Amino acid sequence: MADQDMLENDEPLLVAESLSKSYGRIAACRDVSFSLYPGEVLAIVGESGSGKSTLLQLLSGQLAASGGQVSYRMRDGVARDLATLGEAERRFLFRTDWGFVHQDPAQGLRMAVSAGANVGERLMAVGWNHYGRIRDTASDWLTRVEIDIARIDDAPRTYSGGMRQRLQIARNLVTEPRLVFMDEPTGGLDVSVQARLLDLVRSLVAELHLAVIIVTHDLAVARLLSHRVMVMKGGRVIETGLTDQVLDDPREPYTQLLVSSILPP
Amino acid sequence: MNAPAYNFAYLDEQTKRMIRRAILKAIAIPGYQVPFASREMPMPYGWGTGGVQVTAAILGPQDVLKVIDQGSDDTTNAISIRKFFAKTAGVATTTATEDATVIQTRHRIPETSLHANQVLVYQVPIPEPLRFLEPRETETRRMHALAEYGLMHVKLYEDIARFGHIATAYAYPVKVNARYVMDPSPTPKFDNPKMDNCPALQLFGAGREKRIYAIPPYTQVVSLDFEDHPFEPYRFNAPCALCAAENSYLDEIVTDDKGGRMFVCSDTDYCEGRQAAGHHGSLSAAPYKDKAQEASNG
Repeated sequence: MADQDMLENDEPLLVAESLSKSYGRIAACRDVSFSLYPGEVLAIVGESGSGKSTLLQLLSGQLAASGGQVSYRMRDGVARDLATLGEAERRFLFRTDWGFVHQDPAQGLRMAVSAGANVGERLMAVGWNHYGRIRDTASDWLTRVEIDIARIDDAPRTYSGGMRQRLQIARNLVTEPRLVFMDEPTGGLDVSVQARLLDLVRSLVAELHLAVIIVTHDLAVARLLSHRVMVMKGGRVIETGLTDQVLDDPREPYTQLLVSSILPP
Repeated sequence: MNAPAYNFAYLDEQTKRMIRRAILKAIAIPGYQVPFASREMPMPYGWGTGGVQVTAAILGPQDVLKVIDQGSDDTTNAISIRKFFAKTAGVATTTATEDATVIQTRHRIPETSLHANQVLVYQVPIPEPLRFLEPRETETRRMHALAEYGLMHVKLYEDIARFGHIATAYAYPVKVNARYVMDPSPTPKFDNPKMDNCPALQLFGAGREKRIYAIPPYTQVVSLDFEDHPFEPYRFNAPCALCAAENSYLDEIVTDDKGGRMFVCSDTDYCEGRQAAGHHGSLSAAPYKDKAQEASNG
């Protein structure tokens, strides 16, 4: 209850106002509005083609919206419209205050460069210039994501799928971002590895008080990680609410269908 | 020797103007790679087509040209480029660093310090220092524009993680005028300190990649490094076997198949100058020459 009060009194971290994106006649995303508070995990669920990934790209400033706007509260406490940020500022935001975990680790990692350098890259990008300190921080983070320190000089090419995904998370969290975007982070992993990854993400999120926007088609992931859920269909948000509420007592027919499609354990 | 079939210095005047404009822009923005409409030259790519075009554009009839390849005045590449300009521009050529006004170089900076009336023209194979880390040209240009150079340190980090020290021995990245990170062409890192605050103008031409960049005289050039792994120029720990120089960059020459080797200055002009001034190394032939001279006289 105390947490709830704190969240309500706090300013939102990110606010989306009637976001839309159309590709010619196809409306990929229509009139999406929501607020995200610090430390909150929001899951965006829906079937393929429902506009989840487009929405994620709009929110993270990688795509220009056709309508509406996204504003983000910077570390200095001032909320800024992402569209008005210069490219340099946006890129700086992207490698300091934000993280982006891709479904395919090859997109988020430098596969030919050692794990230590992968984690250290963001630090070097913000001006760290001491090899020993960069390496210490990198090994610290590898430990936190349960990667053996002995593998620090190996390239992620030689890693398993689960390790790659954990390395990607370490690489993103090393600058202590406040907001992390995740695009199907557990896609393509086997069930036990998924469970371990989700467990790790959940503890890191709590520990670092991270705000997370996670796109997934897996309702189990949403249930495990998120506080709130947004259900999308045909580019629209059709239902939104607390995770338990939406998943246990779905109101919309489509959500009911989605929830009932899960195989019983 | 002036062959009338060619315009002065081979290229036509319009082309030279185009290259000069690129050079002026490069000087105005130290370390920035200026694209230019590189021409086909009568030599293959990789033999200095970029350097030759820059030299052709800045050469005047009064200039004295020196061409070096890996420090040497008498290798194929150096000789043929020197002959090329002797034929097409009729300029005087020299091997003495002090006498030259334009020095075209591949992979070395002369040991003799340069002065303000000289221009050093580098032949550059790959001008983009970030190329092997970031293959996309659009992305590297953006990184230069926004001065995002964290990636360059990733390369140095990898070196230390793998070898325990910064193992990059040539084409060692530098930051020019506290702004642009630049590839100094494949010069050994031994030469990097010579670029800093150099009185001579330094021009870089990459023919295949169609880029020109420059370091104006007296510009700050800093080699990138880590606080706890500072930049160190590398040199074989030996004196030159011919001129006994202790502070020049050395080539290692294998002399037999039993591990025999000798170290000699890579800068031939510097080495010859020292020998003429009476410095002799352990393998110098000079004492024998003198004896033979005496014997024939006596």
